[in-house]
Amino acid sequence: MAMTWLWTGMVALSLIFGWCNGTLEAVSAAAGTGAQSAVELCISMAGPLCLWNGVMAVLRACGGLEGMSRLLRPVLGRLYPAFREDGEVMGAISANVSANLLGLGNAATPSGIRAARGMAEGSPGVASDSLCMLVVCNTASIQLIPTTVAAVRSGAGCETPFDILPAVWLASACSVTVGVLAVRLFARLWRGR
Amino acid sequence: MNTLTALLLPAVLLVTAVAGVWKRVDVYQTLADGAGEGLHILLRILPPLIGLMTAISMLRASGFLDWAAQALGPLLSAVGIPPETVGLLLVRPMSGSGALGLGAELMETYGPDSLIGRTAAVMLGSTETTFYTVSVYFGAVGVRRTRYAVPTALCADLAGFLAAAWAVRLFFPDS
Repeated sequence: MAMTWLWTGMVALSLIFGWCNGTLEAVSAAAGTGAQSAVELCISMAGPLCLWNGVMAVLRACGGLEGMSRLLRPVLGRLYPAFREDGEVMGAISANVSANLLGLGNAATPSGIRAARGMAEGSPGVASDSLCMLVVCNTASIQLIPTTVAAVRSGAGCETPFDILPAVWLASACSVTVGVLAVRLFARLWRGR
Repeated sequence: MNTLTALLLPAVLLVTAVAGVWKRVDVYQTLADGAGEGLHILLRILPPLIGLMTAISMLRASGFLDWAAQALGPLLSAVGIPPETVGLLLVRPMSGSGALGLGAELMETYGPDSLIGRTAAVMLGSTETTFYTVSVYFGAVGVRRTRYAVPTALCADLAGFLAAAWAVRLFFPDS
């Protein structure tokens, strides 16, 4: 439903602006070519996207997800102190974070929701501090190899689509850190409400 | 740094292949199956992109995006964000496909290796579709009172955008 409003708003805005700016002709021309550029974008990124999906499938078949989960578990215990002793929830959290790191969105959501269900048992209907932490960590991208973006870059004619990796890692780290600190801070301010 | 990132792609391919052989995985078949799944991902991306790219092209042609960049330009430039990415900042938390379309459009217009193109790519790579994720998780466990989850998630997004712009300037000073 939200997307309906966003889309309708975008179309309405472009008509209003086109009318005020005298660019209505360009707007109507763009309305005819936009769909084509969507198809072109998908075709131009199809090759690299499929290749990376294949590479990730091999990594997963090698047990990459389980290995990473084992590595992450001790660190994650510090982020979710309330569930440190709960093997089931911690297992789901580390599977969720590992899948996010490897960019396996299809694997990340089910394990994340499993963790969220375990967390919500104690406080039905209200987001606990741990649940907020889980959700905020999932709204911050921590994908190690952002394959879709790299595919778009190659599609746009870039020869070294992965040269942005160090910048992506730094920006992701900043974003997650701010998210975690903000949750910690708000958890204190919000207490009692 | 450049040779390192240039070698990343072939190195990752080799490492996964060797790891697969070591673990007795049918590397080639698994790779092909995974690539096939990639096609399904594309098929899922394309339909919303058709609508969103149409709306984005119209917004661009109407002059709205330029106007927004100009209106918010001084503020964005002051914190180091290229004003041209303003649409991306607004759409990213709401629509993943919309942000992808806008990012692709910026990379096409200004070039993938320009400051704007790179900043758009890093922003896309270091943030998520916040509102979508929040609604999926809270919807799945039936939480109505989300307390401070949305404002903190938006703080993280804002930090991601700022850090993306700064990181691109840091790693690519001459772009």
